[in-house]
Amino acid sequence: MSALFKARKVLAVCLHGSRSLSQLAELPETHQLLRQTCRDFADRELAPIAAMLDKEHVYPAKQIKELGTMGVMAMEVPEELGGAGMDYLAYSLAMEEISRGCASTGVVVSVNNSLYIGPILKFGTEEQKKQWISPFTAGDKVGCFALSEPGNGSDAGAASTTAYQEGEEWVLNGTKAWITNSWDASATVVFATTDKKLKHKGISAFLIPMPYPGLSLGKKEDKLGIRASSTANIILEDCRIPLNNMLGPRGAGFKIAMQTLDSGRIGIAAQALGIAQASLDCAADYAHKRTAFGAPIGKLQAIQFKLADMAVAIESARLLTWKASLLRDAKKAFTKEAAMAKLAASEAATFCSHQAIQILGGMGYVTDMPAERHYRDARITEIYEGTSEIQRLVIAGQILKEYQS
Amino acid sequence: MSGRVLVGVKRVIDYAVKIRVKPDNTGVVTDGVKHSMNPFCEIAVEEAVKLKEKKLVKEVVAVSCGPQQSQETIRTALAMGADRGIHVEVSGNDYETLGPLQVSKIMAALAKKEDAQIIILGKQAIDDDCNQTGQMTAALLDWPQGTFASEVTLDGDKIKVVREIDGGLETIKINTPAVLTADLRLNTPRYATLPNIMKAKKKKIANVKPADLGVNLTSKLEVLRVEDPPQRQAGMKVETVEDLVGKLKELGKV
Repeated sequence: MSALFKARKVLAVCLHGSRSLSQLAELPETHQLLRQTCRDFADRELAPIAAMLDKEHVYPAKQIKELGTMGVMAMEVPEELGGAGMDYLAYSLAMEEISRGCASTGVVVSVNNSLYIGPILKFGTEEQKKQWISPFTAGDKVGCFALSEPGNGSDAGAASTTAYQEGEEWVLNGTKAWITNSWDASATVVFATTDKKLKHKGISAFLIPMPYPGLSLGKKEDKLGIRASSTANIILEDCRIPLNNMLGPRGAGFKIAMQTLDSGRIGIAAQALGIAQASLDCAADYAHKRTAFGAPIGKLQAIQFKLADMAVAIESARLLTWKASLLRDAKKAFTKEAAMAKLAASEAATFCSHQAIQILGGMGYVTDMPAERHYRDARITEIYEGTSEIQRLVIAGQILKEYQS
Repeated sequence: MSGRVLVGVKRVIDYAVKIRVKPDNTGVVTDGVKHSMNPFCEIAVEEAVKLKEKKLVKEVVAVSCGPQQSQETIRTALAMGADRGIHVEVSGNDYETLGPLQVSKIMAALAKKEDAQIIILGKQAIDDDCNQTGQMTAALLDWPQGTFASEVTLDGDKIKVVREIDGGLETIKINTPAVLTADLRLNTPRYATLPNIMKAKKKKIANVKPADLGVNLTSKLEVLRVEDPPQRQAGMKVETVEDLVGKLKELGKV
């Protein structure tokens, strides 16, 4: 009898294992349909306006609303709360396709899904989920995530924004920097020190609606890329919020931030994949059409080697991203894989966009072709949600742990 | 009144793809080429789903005739809101010669079998541009037809259809059951929402063979040759109107 149970368990593990592995080789039908739907949306609604959005720094409000109607703004959120109730593999696919059309739109989607809704979904009370998630699923309201400060980015544990309790309120003071979506957001997750002596264990997470008394925004940063998404400081001056606006337990802020960023990394990896793929699409198309030395330049080995290297970089980063998603969906540890995916994908994006300009030559340098925009958009993916250097530290940390005797 | 709408959806080469003629000139390259739902069929599905959302019809059934891959097209219709699908299996040589006459015979047979009240089709497919299936289906069933519809309004057991015609717009009122064909401005098709994509997985697609419907697929048409359109020739510049008229006379155009 027990042998039969053991056999069934082994079979179940094998089947589950093979299901995950085969999903890397061929996506399930729903995911294929989802990917195609997002691709059609990106091709028809985002790609035609991406250059204009970038040039004029315009927030794509109409497109975000449409994505909200489709369920893309709250993909992991259960249907009862207004979301699409899908898994992270689906989210990665959607993010890549959206970003392939417009990288700025991609980051708005990613921040709302992973950085704003993510921590509330994981650490919020049922009441908080209803109040802070449900109104943010339809695309008319987006949220943001305020961790970095002028004095610390990678050094997140040194948060100098403070929060002290006064009666039935928390009072927050400090400045947060580089906050994506800030000018378009209706709420934010903010990290502040509640107990300075406990260092990073003394940081807590809070929820603040926007606009709100005591919360003001700095000037919109004039960025190199992803210009349709707003980035600015959030300044807190005696900002008073109710006690139950704390997210998660007191002192859990650092842990919440790190876990949130683990998942956010998968979203950004997917965004970088979209930018990289768009660069490859642009370059490969050009290689067919542009003639030099009496033939399309695609016939030249120098160009062929570039295209091959670009494709390999993208496909490997994509598989890492899918693997990280599948592990997260299976509720297994995914910190190392998520960091690897973000590192690989962001470096693939900068590599591919660089090579795309090279293949396009002079045409790659002018705004008539999207190659220059991809180059500018790609650069930030190696910096935000954990610099490439931080990713390497995370990966090394995991590896050393594995090899500990 | 069954309140049932049959919508035909055709799997065609995606509108954005650059079409290439096969080297042997027997047709166009389809292997490995991206296919999607015919854009006018998308508009037809959208109209049917809208009618259901307004509670004017009870059930939307998506139908596609073709090989295994046609099921993907039906799934897209289900994700847009159709209730169930029917895949009429046609493959191999039968699929090569499948045309409006054969499809309209199938649609007519299904309309009777499913007790359909309305059939909505795209006005034409972007691969063959025939613009015949809707009209032939109506004739086979002896039903009224509202083709090139840019506006459809249900009114009791009648349908008011505004049609786009060469001279402008024509409004007609027809009895049900009826066949409608969708024109470009009828509506803007929705993108499938993620929850609907998930729900589509559970909706049923029935498999049917043309023989089961008593339909003979033999075609009396034979494609002799498929060619690229002629390359665009360079033009000529002339100085005066007299020169222009002279040149036109020379070329035998006037």
